[in-house]
Amino acid sequence: MTSDIAAILAIDGIATGAVYALVAIGTVLIFTVTRVIFIPFGDIAAFTALTLAAVDAKRFPGTGALVVALACLATLIELISLLRSGEIRLLPRALLFYLVLPLAVVGIAWLAMRMDPPLAVRLVLALMLITPIAPLLDRIVFRPIADGTVLLLLTVSVALHFALVGLGLLFFGPEGVRTEPLTSFSTEFAGVLISGQTMLIVIAALVFSGLLYLFFDFTLVGKSLRATAVNRTGSRLMGIRPARAGTIAYLLGSLMAGVSGILIAPVNTVFYDSGFLIGLKAFVGAIVGGMTSYPGAAIGAVGVGILESFASFQSSALKDVIVFSLLIPVLIWRSLASLHSEEEIEE
Amino acid sequence: MRQKTLGLLALVAGVFAASAAQADITIGFVTSLSGNGASIGIPYGRGINAAYEYKKTINGETIRLIQLDDGSDPSAATRNARKLVEEEKVDLLIGTATTPSTIAMAAVASELKVPMISISPVGKLPDSPEQWVVAVPQPASLLVKIVADRMKRDGMKNIGYIGFSDAWGDLVYNGAKAAEPTDDIKVQTNERYARTDTSVTAQILKVMAARPDAVLIGGSGTQGALPLITLSERGFKGNTYGTVALVNPDFVTVGGKAAEGIQVSAGPVIVAEQLPDEHFAKKIALDFRAVYQKTHNIPTTDGFSAYSFDAWLIFANAAERALKTAKPGTTEFRTALRDAILSTKELPGVHAVYNFKPGAVTGVDERALVVVRLTGGAWKYAP
Repeated sequence: MTSDIAAILAIDGIATGAVYALVAIGTVLIFTVTRVIFIPFGDIAAFTALTLAAVDAKRFPGTGALVVALACLATLIELISLLRSGEIRLLPRALLFYLVLPLAVVGIAWLAMRMDPPLAVRLVLALMLITPIAPLLDRIVFRPIADGTVLLLLTVSVALHFALVGLGLLFFGPEGVRTEPLTSFSTEFAGVLISGQTMLIVIAALVFSGLLYLFFDFTLVGKSLRATAVNRTGSRLMGIRPARAGTIAYLLGSLMAGVSGILIAPVNTVFYDSGFLIGLKAFVGAIVGGMTSYPGAAIGAVGVGILESFASFQSSALKDVIVFSLLIPVLIWRSLASLHSEEEIEE
Repeated sequence: MRQKTLGLLALVAGVFAASAAQADITIGFVTSLSGNGASIGIPYGRGINAAYEYKKTINGETIRLIQLDDGSDPSAATRNARKLVEEEKVDLLIGTATTPSTIAMAAVASELKVPMISISPVGKLPDSPEQWVVAVPQPASLLVKIVADRMKRDGMKNIGYIGFSDAWGDLVYNGAKAAEPTDDIKVQTNERYARTDTSVTAQILKVMAARPDAVLIGGSGTQGALPLITLSERGFKGNTYGTVALVNPDFVTVGGKAAEGIQVSAGPVIVAEQLPDEHFAKKIALDFRAVYQKTHNIPTTDGFSAYSFDAWLIFANAAERALKTAKPGTTEFRTALRDAILSTKELPGVHAVYNFKPGAVTGVDERALVVVRLTGGAWKYAP
């Protein structure tokens, strides 16, 4: 391996890793706030790419129908639970959040698509159609079992992933898509060609991580999210509603996954089932960060990307084996390095 | 859904027809109209409907076609095959879209002694003292051999290989390896990637480090375009080759400029209108396109429906000879039909010239494939 090749591999790895990093940060965000290991995040990323491709091809994407169906289901569940607990005065609010807002999003997307919008608008449309999915799934699937064990939540999350993959096949068909590049710019740095798309991916990862940092440290909502993450019961005593914190976490997380989906769409063919490996590799990155630390997850995810890149150069057939084998030493190191606190078990 | 209804109608119509005229030739056709094989099962079904329109009688005997859906499930295919033979007394089975289901059907055909024409590739025959099954499609080894011949003709010596890390990738690689001594080529690399991979930069760097004259792609469909795109990003200038597995409209869209110029081996029906007039497949393939258009009101874009059509041609040719010795609906006729199929000589179809003999499951030779080149976003015949 010459230094040229090493440089190309490193850049490729960093670009892939940055995509994983966005998904990994979303995974950590959801896990810390709701204790759900949200496996379908990769699917959300893949669906964004497929939605964008459908919008580009002037077809109304199946995600619109999915959002409508989920919104109706979530509203029904919310209504029943409100009626049972006798909190009728909360009804208008529930209708606004679970029915009117998602339907408005789909309606706006449908109207906007008829006007043949430019690329920037299409990107926003794809993101808009994707973001309601995870919060609605949260309401339908996870809220009723929010107090279950982490293992139960994980099992349900895996099941949800398979359901989404099936729906993806139904909506988008078996063939993959690739969207037009966001930029055709490229530059040479120390003799190695770097494409604008790669730079965009890395910049987006940095910007979103930075925004998240500002959000958590300087806004009230961010602080309440952090409080929920530290101690659910305690924060509830302080007047923070864990359910609402969860919804915000899902919204933010989907946004991150959506952005990574949009970034990956022009550099790779995305299939209805591509999300699983993206999600899984992001998960490995998140584990390197101990499922709690955002910088740790980001560094871990970039590490996974670079390792993957070099591993496929050494032995393409064993690439995934090498990447996932990384889990074993990391888990051993983490279980030796971190002390199990009684509090975690208590919960 | 409409396909299913059609199949059901055909079945109902078939039952009524059976009571009217007992001496008809009865064909049992199974395909996957639902399940994971549906994307190719539906074209297979359309092909047989077109074939039925093309030829409805043989020597004055009407043909009765019964179509069933196996849901891409081998056990359903087995049940369907049994039902067709035991209840409908079919003279011949044709099926089905996926290889596992086809193998399951073939076992029933051998057990109940009914001839069967397989329309998906079957590696080997079921264990049975007599042969009852033949297969229409070109075997994978032949697909690769045609490509290897073309590489030799183009003067390519060093070949880089990149393909899927699954059975298909192995098949193409082994085919290319087998061509090494005879065609004087050298396969330098054996790089693999998964269908869900997001990047093949590392593998392509390794392929290019071997300085190949040409690169052979062992992928399929849209994901087969990924190595081509990466190759073009890295400035690769040599030739690229592939197999028919790449030929679909989405591959062309996704591959775009990067896929331009790739040469793949495919059945002649893919480029029917560009074939020279003396080519065996020209007339019959154009007939097939016309009858398909008439039956379904859409043009053909796939090679799968053409396999069903060829199966029908093989049956029709054999039935003509079998009718001379026995009456349809009898055990003698089934045996005669099988013997006639196994002695098919130089029968031109839309995919190949068929020659069957006992002991061999496929009956095609190198004429069954042409090389096509992607030029300006369309597949062009490249003799």
